[in-house]
Amino acid sequence: MSALVKLVDVSKRYADAIALRATNLSIERGTTTVLIGPSGCGKSTLLRLIIRLIAPDSGSIEFNGEPITADTIGILRRRIGYVIQEGGLFPHLTARVNVLLMARHIGKSEDEMQSRLADLCDLTRFSVNLLSRYPVELSGGQRQRVGLMRALMLSPELLLLDEPLGALDPLVRAALQKDLKGIFAQLKQTALFVTHDLAEAIYFGDEIVLMNDGRIVQKGSVTDLRERPADPFVSEFINAQRGIVLT
Amino acid sequence: MNSVHPMMVGRDRRARRARSSALLLSFLISVAVAIPAIANPITIGSKKFTESYVLGEIARRALNDTGIGAEHRQGMGGTIILWQALRGGQIDAYPEYTGTIGQEILKNGRQLSFQEIRDALGKFGVGMTEPLGFNNTYALVMRRSEAQRLGVRTISDLRKHPELRLGLTHEFLDRQDGWRPLHERYGLPQQSVVGIDHALGYAALANGSIDVKDAYSTDAKIEENDLVVLEDDLRFFPKYDSVFLFRSSMPPNAIGALRRLEGTLDEKRMIHLNMEAERTKNYTFAANLYFEGGGSSANSLGESFPHKLARWTLRHLELAGFSLLLSVIIGIPLGIVASRGGVIGQGILGFASIVQTIPALALLALLVPLPFFGISVRTAITALFLYGLLPIVRNTASGLQDIPRSLRESAIALGLSPFTRLWEIYLPMASRSILSGIKTSAVINIGTATLAALIGAGGLGEPILSGLNLNDHATILQGAIPAALLALLVQWLFDILDRFLIPKGLRL
Repeated sequence: MSALVKLVDVSKRYADAIALRATNLSIERGTTTVLIGPSGCGKSTLLRLIIRLIAPDSGSIEFNGEPITADTIGILRRRIGYVIQEGGLFPHLTARVNVLLMARHIGKSEDEMQSRLADLCDLTRFSVNLLSRYPVELSGGQRQRVGLMRALMLSPELLLLDEPLGALDPLVRAALQKDLKGIFAQLKQTALFVTHDLAEAIYFGDEIVLMNDGRIVQKGSVTDLRERPADPFVSEFINAQRGIVLT
Repeated sequence: MNSVHPMMVGRDRRARRARSSALLLSFLISVAVAIPAIANPITIGSKKFTESYVLGEIARRALNDTGIGAEHRQGMGGTIILWQALRGGQIDAYPEYTGTIGQEILKNGRQLSFQEIRDALGKFGVGMTEPLGFNNTYALVMRRSEAQRLGVRTISDLRKHPELRLGLTHEFLDRQDGWRPLHERYGLPQQSVVGIDHALGYAALANGSIDVKDAYSTDAKIEENDLVVLEDDLRFFPKYDSVFLFRSSMPPNAIGALRRLEGTLDEKRMIHLNMEAERTKNYTFAANLYFEGGGSSANSLGESFPHKLARWTLRHLELAGFSLLLSVIIGIPLGIVASRGGVIGQGILGFASIVQTIPALALLALLVPLPFFGISVRTAITALFLYGLLPIVRNTASGLQDIPRSLRESAIALGLSPFTRLWEIYLPMASRSILSGIKTSAVINIGTATLAALIGAGGLGEPILSGLNLNDHATILQGAIPAALLALLVQWLFDILDRFLIPKGLRL
């Protein structure tokens, strides 16, 4: 099985600090990979490099065997969905227009869009009656479901999620985690999920990638991380999070 | 699972279409308001004081009586502005004084003969009539009671009273034959010298805020306010014979009509006409007295007030509307560029800010001598456009910069093209800020457009200017009140427009 996304020696530095040191990573089709680590560890940077909101200083990123460059990314973005905290909805557009924005932009037929929209409402358990509401009229969880529909509209091969559930209260969060996991399974979706919450990482991740200080510290299952830590930091990170859960 | 109702999709699109038509409609209204008026064949200019207004009206009537279409642009400013307008062809003729021509236009230190002046003007393509018959020289005037108490009879006598306060017109302060050489020649010691408008100066003299001011020897106010003219004992002031200057290219019958005015106005008659003009607040009426030999009739009072008000208001809207349209068309793209920051962005904001700090009057004065501009509606619109730029540029830039980074990135990550991102996402999100910038601009423009009258561009500033000139508050209010109401109306219209142009999702 060949990797859908492949990073080779990718690095990025900002004016004042190194964000990502030369990093290699493969994301296999149909899996959910979770990037976890303390804030500033480079996990969001890695995601933003793949969708090319920022350009790497060195190294190469391949999508389905094709290099992601300034020239190719325009088309490739249609094959990658991107979900952020709060959903990133445009406040001046209704939920429906937000979801259909890109499909309209590339000239999909009205029938095709409507049937896809109905499927997505079903999939994300979002009420059709709420589609004509503006983001400010929706709850945080509803906004996140709309954000997810928008990302899935064009049936992307890869879904990138940058702490998508970070701003939600625990009950809504738990419900969405469950739905999201179901959706990934149903769609056999390749997903790259960024979180700083170990419990969430364990819940979602087929593969967990622990990052610290701009580099990948260890990649593997939660068992690997717990029982065969590659570095004292791995144990430290896992124990710290477990500590919070226990108290 | 419900299927999506097609009506709901239609509603989103209809709302968008309604918004675009509202935008288009407001655009069309601004354009319709802005179509400039067509010029008349002969244009007479006049300076900003009563006698010049009256002479301008006399010339217009003389031309009309000969069957030549003519319009009078009243009170366009001082000598240099009128001279530039004449040379630039924005006006065809205006009343002037021989002393002023020698000193200010030809910049000659000594007294020139009539023929010398005529030859010199000929090189500019400008002709001059023979004197109209009166000499309106500069003079210094004081309250009669004060002059008698201090024993001041001549300008030389002022040397003994350094405590006297002088209020002089700005033109007199700067002229070659004005205050500076005068006080050197006479050795005048006064320290308190302020610049003040001619008509306001008479009021200041009457209420004792100043003691001495410059005047024209035919000013009606000299008799009216019981003032004395100080004798020019050193013969400093040159002769100021009244004449008309005209473009030599003007049609011969028009020149003939002006020349028939030569030698027909003596000093006594001119003072009378000036007094009548100030008494009735009506220059046309005073000018008609010249033709009617002193008689008056009710129908010679000229344009009715509602008609004048409509004309001023329409012109005012034309000035403010067209300049606002330009500010929007140029300002929003500049604001978009400025929102990206960098040297260019900083440069644009810096430029717009600097323009804003130039006083409106100075901006007009700076534009008038430039080739394309001169004394014209064009100049007024350009100045107002530059003035209206900053609020729009700044609000567009800040509105765009205030869009959260996460939303900008969402738009990019979706794969929308740069144009679609700007047009469908960023600009609508910044619309509230942009519209409030346009509203600020519109209100500023309505206010500032009153200054356009200074360069003969008309509008509600016209009665304000005449009122200032006549020191008549009622006339000032004829312009000031409608201008204020107009500003309120515009503010209110924009508040309504907000409801159509700001997307619903941002108003909830």
